Formats: sequence, C-alpha cells, structure tokens
Amino acid sequence: MRAFEYTSPTTRDQAIGLLAPAWGQAEVLAGGTDLLALMKDDVVQPKRLVNIKEISDLHGIAVNAQGLRIGALTTLGDLADNVNVVKNYPALAEAVNEAASPQIRNMATLGGNLCQRPRCWYFRNGFGLLPKNESGKDLVAEGDNRYHAILGNDGPAKFISPSTIVPALIAYGATIRLVGPNGRRELPLEKFFVDPRTENDREHDLRSNEIVTDVVIPHAGTLKAAHYEIRQKEAFDWPLAVAAVGLKMNGSAVQSARVILGSVAPIPWRSPEAEQVLAGKTVSEAVAKSAADAALQNAKPLSHNAYKVQLARVAVRRAILKAAGGSA
Amino acid sequence: MPDDVKKPTEEGSGFSRRDFLKISSISAAAVPLIGTRVVEAAGTPVKVYGPDKVPIELTVNGKKHSLQLEPRVTLLEALRDDLDLTGSKRVCDHAECGACTVLLDNKVVYACSLLAIEAPGKQITTIEALMQGGKLHPIQQAFMDNDASQCGFCTPGFVVATKAFLDKHPKATAEDIRRGMSGNLCRCGTYHGIQKVIAQFTQKGA
Repeated sequence: MRAFEYTSPTTRDQAIGLLAPAWGQAEVLAGGTDLLALMKDDVVQPKRLVNIKEISDLHGIAVNAQGLRIGALTTLGDLADNVNVVKNYPALAEAVNEAASPQIRNMATLGGNLCQRPRCWYFRNGFGLLPKNESGKDLVAEGDNRYHAILGNDGPAKFISPSTIVPALIAYGATIRLVGPNGRRELPLEKFFVDPRTENDREHDLRSNEIVTDVVIPHAGTLKAAHYEIRQKEAFDWPLAVAAVGLKMNGSAVQSARVILGSVAPIPWRSPEAEQVLAGKTVSEAVAKSAADAALQNAKPLSHNAYKVQLARVAVRRAILKAAGGSA
Repeated sequence: MPDDVKKPTEEGSGFSRRDFLKISSISAAAVPLIGTRVVEAAGTPVKVYGPDKVPIELTVNGKKHSLQLEPRVTLLEALRDDLDLTGSKRVCDHAECGACTVLLDNKVVYACSLLAIEAPGKQITTIEALMQGGKLHPIQQAFMDNDASQCGFCTPGFVVATKAFLDKHPKATAEDIRRGMSGNLCRCGTYHGIQKVIAQFTQKGA
C-alpha cells in the first residue's frame, strides 16, 4: 500500500474541509473493507484518508416522522440485528444478513456499502471503470464477461452494480442524504447510481468532497417486500442475480409494485415492465412468471453471460411470489 | 438547497509540508509530535497523521503497547511485525479468507482490512490470548480432539471465529454454524471437523 496521511475529524464540516475538490487526492475511510483492498491493489492512490468514524451524528438508527433513519456509519451487522429492521423491513434484514461474511458485516458500513466500487475484474486490475486496451478494444465485450451486465450494457459501462442490499432498500423507497461544501442534499436512492459515460465519471452521484450522512426508509406500513438472490456458494459469495420486490396492496390485488434487479446492470435495475405487469393483478405463479419475463425481455447478454438472463428471471419470479406470500 | 451548513475550508488545501511549518510556528507552545501536524478545517484545528511514522497505542490481549507506525500499516502487520504476535496469519490480505481473524471489542474482524491507526482505544484480542497458563483453551482442545486441522494455517483464524460465534450463538443449529462460520476458508477442507467442534459446544449448552 502506498503511504498516505490520515485524519480523523469529529464533525461533518471538518470532514468536508479535509476532503479534496477533485477525485484522486483524498478518500473517505469508513469500514475500509473495500477501500483498503483497492489501495493495496493500487486501483486508487489517495494522498489522504479521512476517517469519518469519529463523527458521532453519522451513527445510529432511529425512528422519526419520515420513517427509519439509518446513520451512514451503521455497520451491516448492527443493521441486520436491529429489532426495528428485523420486524418492519424483513427483506432488508435478510439482504444484509446474506451480504459478505460476519467479519465484514462487523466492519462494513451502510454508507460504504452504497459507495463501494464495482467488482469487475478489469477495474480491480487497473484497467479502469470502462476498460479498453491501447487500440480502443472494449476489454469486457471481447474478454471474459461471465459476471458482467446483461441489462443496461449498451453504453461503455458493462460492470455490475455491486451492492446486494440496494435493491431491497429501493423496494422500500429509501432516500439517501449527503452533505458537501454547498450544504445538504437528498435524493431517492435509485438516483444515486449513475451509468458512467467517461473514465472520469464515477458510478455514483457523489462528489469528491461529499459524504453520505444517512439513509431514510419510509414507514413500511402494509408494503409487502422480499429479497431473493442466486449465488454459486451458499454464503460469502457475490450473487449472480438479485431481485427485490415491494408490493403495495389493495385488498388481494397489487395496487403498485417496485421491482428492482441487482448484479445485472451498471446501476440497480428498476423494471417498469415488470411493475406494469403486476399492477392491478392478484399475484399467482402465472402473473409472477409473466412479470419476470417482462423484466428480462430487453436483456442483451454479452458473449459469456447468457446464463444470467435465466437466473435473473428466476430471481424476479421467486421474489414476487415470496413478497406476495407473506412478510418473509 | 439549504444553506445551513457553513462552507468548510482548509488552510493550504494542497496538503503541503508548508502547512506544517506555518501552523507549528503559530502554535509553538505545543511541541508537535513527530509525523503529526495540525491543519485547519471548518475553522477548527484537526490533526493530520503521517505519512511518516506516528505514535500509536494499541491494547492487545489486555496489554498496552506504544508503537511508532506509518498510517498505512494494517492491524495485522502491526500484530505480526511489531508485536511479534504471529498467530494471526496473512493469507489473502483482502478480507476474503479469515486467517487474520481477531476480535475488536469482542467482535470478529479481519485484521488485514483495518489500519492499526484505527484501533487505539479498542480491545484487540488475538489467538495468543486464548491459551492460559500453558493450557489450551477448550475450543483449541476441541480442534485437536475432532481432527479439525490439517496443515493448520487457517486454524488460528477459525479458533477465534469459533469463540466469537459460540459467544453469540450458544445454541446454534447446523445451518447456523455453516452460515455463521462462512467468513473463514480452509483449503485442506477441514470443515467437517470444525462443524463437529462447534456442535460439541452447542449441544453441551442446549
């Protein structure tokens, strides 16, 4: 790991002041489970780390008028064990419990989970976010892309959005809150993820001197939600496909639905096609199947990942049935 | 956008050594620590450590140690290279294998993925703390009795992870054991023996 200087501010404003107005100078250190690996591999070379864990108001989980406010520094372990999350947001609790390993969940934070960098092996080996060789050849499209995107891959980005808990958060309608030199801002979580068009872009709507402060999830009420993921290994593995579903019910019929796929596109992939199929229907095997087919109808697999289309379809179908069947 | 957050600034945002001279001359009364300087952020002084060695105090197995380390030194490197506690192993160095598992305030973490400079004030417990008075900890003994080691390189990490798992899940089921121990890998494939170790304690407790 290259040498760097380290600071540990105690307020948000200090942290913002210690960060740099352009990427490449400084990085935010929270749990460090992703950042330190990126630094060891020389993918990022910050001159300064700003440890934000001493900022007390970025910690904690509390119920407020808007819903559940989760501080960005909440560890995944604390999030999964929180009684309110377990009781009212079971799909989120399950997604968090399925993420990584106990050791990582004790260190990794919610904010870091949202800001983690893609796992694309070209990116992790220093070929950039939109990897090309000297002659302009797209390394992902022409190389080994078995774990890459099957949706939203028409542009230069073909990595997959790495967070496995973001689909569940979006299913519950979460918003993300940030603070930077120009003050606070808040946006629906799905808008935080962007499809980068140039190598200078990042895959998040996050400026280099902003920090994530918290995530707010509206009161779940009677929303029925579920999370389903498909992996090669039973535990501690990156999923091949994730689906999260939130169903707002009107009696026995779906009034409106949110269907989000993970690990299939450069951004968490919301499927209006599947949501339209579900709206107004009573969920059955056949309805779930047609919604899942609709979610994947525009999939364009790369040369090595056609298998992911069927996996994603199954994940969506099972998440819908699981959501309709109950709270777990 | 609400303007309720003051615009923070840092004096000399180029992170140069000049800040050190400028500020140390202002606060000449306080002798600056080696490798440590003070910068201004949001109108308040904030300490900046490194990139050279800085004093770091770690509490490991109940004992305080004063070290001089660069901020880039991981907790695992400090334990192994500076404190000669070589039970925690460096294998993947990427938070994937669990050979470096230690307890930080009684929770399992990967020592490879934490900086030593993040750990002052925390209780760090390593495999070396488990053996008392020349006698193996019951979990270590159970690893022997159940043939749960082969080459043994992953064993210290597994033993520490087992201890933390049993403290949290004294009545774990077989499925709980498989999931709860998923943060440690064994290339020899001793998983069956390790499951027997844990089951020995969970059945005793149930």
